[in-house]
Amino acid sequence: MSKRIDVSDLNVYYSKFRAVEDVNIQIDAKSVTAFIGPSGCGKSTFLRTLNRMHEVIPGATVEGKVLLDGDNLYDAGVDPVTVRSQIGMVFQRPNPFPTMSIRDNVLAGVKLNSRRIPKSDADDLVESSLRGANLWNEVKDRLDKPGSGLSGGQQQRLCIARTIAVKPEVILMDEPCSALDPISTLAIEDLINEMKNDYTVVIVTHNMQQAARVSDKTAFFNIAGTGKPGKLIEYDETATIFNNPSVKATEDYVSGRFG
Amino acid sequence: MTTTTTTRATGPLRTPPPARRNRLSKGRLPRWAIPAVGLAALILGAAASTLGGFSIASFLIYAALLFVAGATTTTTVVEGRRQGTNSFFKYLVVGAFLLALIPLVSVLYTVLERGLPGMTPHFLFHSMNGLTGAVDNETVAAGTPVLGGAYHAVVGTLLITLCSTVISVPIGMLAAIYLVEYGQGKALSRGITFFVDVMTGIPSIVAGLFAAALFGLLFGPSTRMGIVAAVALSVLMIPTVVRSTEEMLKIVPNELREASYALGVRKWRTITKVVIPTAISGIASGVTLAIARVIGETAPILVTAGLANSINFNVFGNWMATLPTFIYYQILNPTSPTNIDPSAQRAWAAALLLIVMVMLLNLGARLIARIFAPKTGR
Amino acid sequence: MTTNTLTRARGSGRAGDKVFSGASRSAGILILLTLFAVALFLLIQALPAFTADPAEVSGGEGFASYIWPIVVGTVIAAAIAILLATPVGLGVALFISHYAPRRLAAPLGYVIDLLAAIPSVIYGIWGYLVLAPVLVPGYEWLNANLGFLPIFGGPVSQTGKTMLTAGIVLAVMVLPIITSLSREIFLQTPGLHEEAALALGATRWEMIRMAVLPFARAGIISAVMLGLGRALGETMAVALVLSTGSLIPSLISSGNQTIAAEIALNFPEAFGLRMSELIAAGLVLFVITLAVNMVARWIISRHREFSGAN
Repeated sequence: MSKRIDVSDLNVYYSKFRAVEDVNIQIDAKSVTAFIGPSGCGKSTFLRTLNRMHEVIPGATVEGKVLLDGDNLYDAGVDPVTVRSQIGMVFQRPNPFPTMSIRDNVLAGVKLNSRRIPKSDADDLVESSLRGANLWNEVKDRLDKPGSGLSGGQQQRLCIARTIAVKPEVILMDEPCSALDPISTLAIEDLINEMKNDYTVVIVTHNMQQAARVSDKTAFFNIAGTGKPGKLIEYDETATIFNNPSVKATEDYVSGRFG
Repeated sequence: MTTTTTTRATGPLRTPPPARRNRLSKGRLPRWAIPAVGLAALILGAAASTLGGFSIASFLIYAALLFVAGATTTTTVVEGRRQGTNSFFKYLVVGAFLLALIPLVSVLYTVLERGLPGMTPHFLFHSMNGLTGAVDNETVAAGTPVLGGAYHAVVGTLLITLCSTVISVPIGMLAAIYLVEYGQGKALSRGITFFVDVMTGIPSIVAGLFAAALFGLLFGPSTRMGIVAAVALSVLMIPTVVRSTEEMLKIVPNELREASYALGVRKWRTITKVVIPTAISGIASGVTLAIARVIGETAPILVTAGLANSINFNVFGNWMATLPTFIYYQILNPTSPTNIDPSAQRAWAAALLLIVMVMLLNLGARLIARIFAPKTGR
Repeated sequence: MTTNTLTRARGSGRAGDKVFSGASRSAGILILLTLFAVALFLLIQALPAFTADPAEVSGGEGFASYIWPIVVGTVIAAAIAILLATPVGLGVALFISHYAPRRLAAPLGYVIDLLAAIPSVIYGIWGYLVLAPVLVPGYEWLNANLGFLPIFGGPVSQTGKTMLTAGIVLAVMVLPIITSLSREIFLQTPGLHEEAALALGATRWEMIRMAVLPFARAGIISAVMLGLGRALGETMAVALVLSTGSLIPSLISSGNQTIAAEIALNFPEAFGLRMSELIAAGLVLFVITLAVNMVARWIISRHREFSGAN
């Protein structure tokens, strides 16, 4: 249950404006990759092209290829909906569905698509997803309560459980801890470390220490100036990026001289 | 270096220094001044009113004018012109509020006073079938309870309003969904939004004429049926439903939609299973308010459904009465021209019934909004 | 090269998107069409009145001379309503937004909004049976003291069913519109401007004059225009309260007529050319209220862009 991603010559446009330029990157299966860079450098924009979520914004287009184990996400005839059921996403602010219970939130990916599964299978899926998100012990007695009644950190783990329940190949995370307190952040980072045994994880973060703690490989994005497109500057093992980067801009960023 | 703190407890008892008037409060009116002016105004107003033959209205008018004049002058003299102007406008503003309350209280009181006597079970469950002027004349002569009721009007009101709700809600909600979910930024959306706003201003009688003209062209002139009235009311309801649904849909955070897309859910399922359930309480209360608005409409019904005296359950056949038209005709064309009191009583009772229905709907709208709002139980 | 596994669409529902989006767009278009249809059907049914021989139209002198006095009556009734309702409505709005104790503001607003909930026919019968008789002494006084003005000329109606009474009832109905819209605008005044005024030592009224009213000017204009649109089109308040007749200058005698009342009182029994005349009158009313509402909405939309409340 995990695939590799190969991106070649990817350019992202908002109408006529080029937001991200010429990205080439290979992400290994069953690994955690971090995207870092200063605000506005296009790392979230690029992340969203990996599951075709950028198309939700009118006028956003893409040139280039994104291959999921060899299948191009952007081929003609590929439905974005299919892509998104294989590549899941966790967002910056926890967003459980307010009208649904915890149980229904976890099953949302299934229920909203009206796929029938027997109740016992559903219960198993809820338990395994919540265990996979390290949330089972805290909520197993109140699965029927609303999802919005949990704390911020718990809500985010609920969103992760919801994403896992669909059994994706890849999980994309867009600054998942930036709205959380330090204790919850730690819980989620532990979770990410476990998740890489089963999934390919890509995480965008503006917290460099987090990237250093959590990821196997790190990609540094930068932007030349406002109005210019963002670019991938350097991509390597995390240890190398932080201790021994090849490009000066990378070194400046990780040592805090800008950003 | 001053010596300070320890004196109080150890020194001999001292009398406190003589109280000095706070300099910041110089030139202010004492607190009893304005009420005193008010009292004087009441007395003088009563006197002035009695001069020309006492009446409550003239008493209140004189008293109010005297109070405003007196209080403003007093304030100006003691505190200065700016404060005087400030007080003057304060009294005007309060006066405006009280003035606005007068018709409200008067209408509600009148409806209660004149309508309650007529609210009998007989009234609620009988129509005007067979009720002629002669019957009313007998009732007045013999002093027996008034006969005849508004049951047929209640039935008509409920049926016609139900039909127009069934027409308006799907169309209105779908249009609002288009505006918020599919049409952002498109020219068609801007056009629809502008004209929907304009449509909220269509006079109700014009909506009635439109429905009458439409059905007249299709089915022959003077087609008078309940369904025509329902179409007319729909023209009035749809803009309200669109606006309120649109507002409620816009409030749903975009993140919820994105979370649903990211799970691989299609757009239409996202809308029907995530967005609408989240917004449903606001939508339901908006629809209820739209119903409350049209249930009291008279003009469109007059020109489309005519008036009936007997119960008619068929919206597609013949004339139907509604509560508003029942009231209108009972007052304008009393059943018995020589004894108009029974007709008036029936009309006021129907008015009371109508107001109760409208108030219940308004209350219901607020309750719905609260009950169906997404909960955050712990 | 193996085929792209992603093209094998998982599950149906793709058609669902097309159906749903098509249905919702159709609903939107249907609404636009309805508005145009209203204009069109009215025009079709009204045409006979415009093209008929002038002698056959009510009044015997053609449609224009038939409708003209009624249009004047409509405008006068609406003008009275606006003249009375605007100051009172703005006062109430100011009271609720700036003078009333904070905790009472919402309940008081709700109470005033009750005025809007009362159906128009009930205002009509209240105006006819309660208000009109009460006003007769007032009219006598006006006639006695200001009777040299044509608008207060005699003979004073003994039932009180006059243009002025109708105007007052219309004012009561229009009041909640002006109040609720103005109230919202007043509440949106940036707190910064208000505090700046108060910090300069302004009294409350001066602060309102300096910070609130200029900010709200466009909003007030559009609120008044929306009220005007309502007053022009209101039927019941006039049909029940006015004792109709031909156009006369006096506001306290019987006489005068408005378009909506003319239609309401005559349509149920009308057929043929008379019906066309009434529908033509409705078309005239539609055009007038449409123009007023479009201007009002245009003012609102322009103001919103610049108001900073976005």
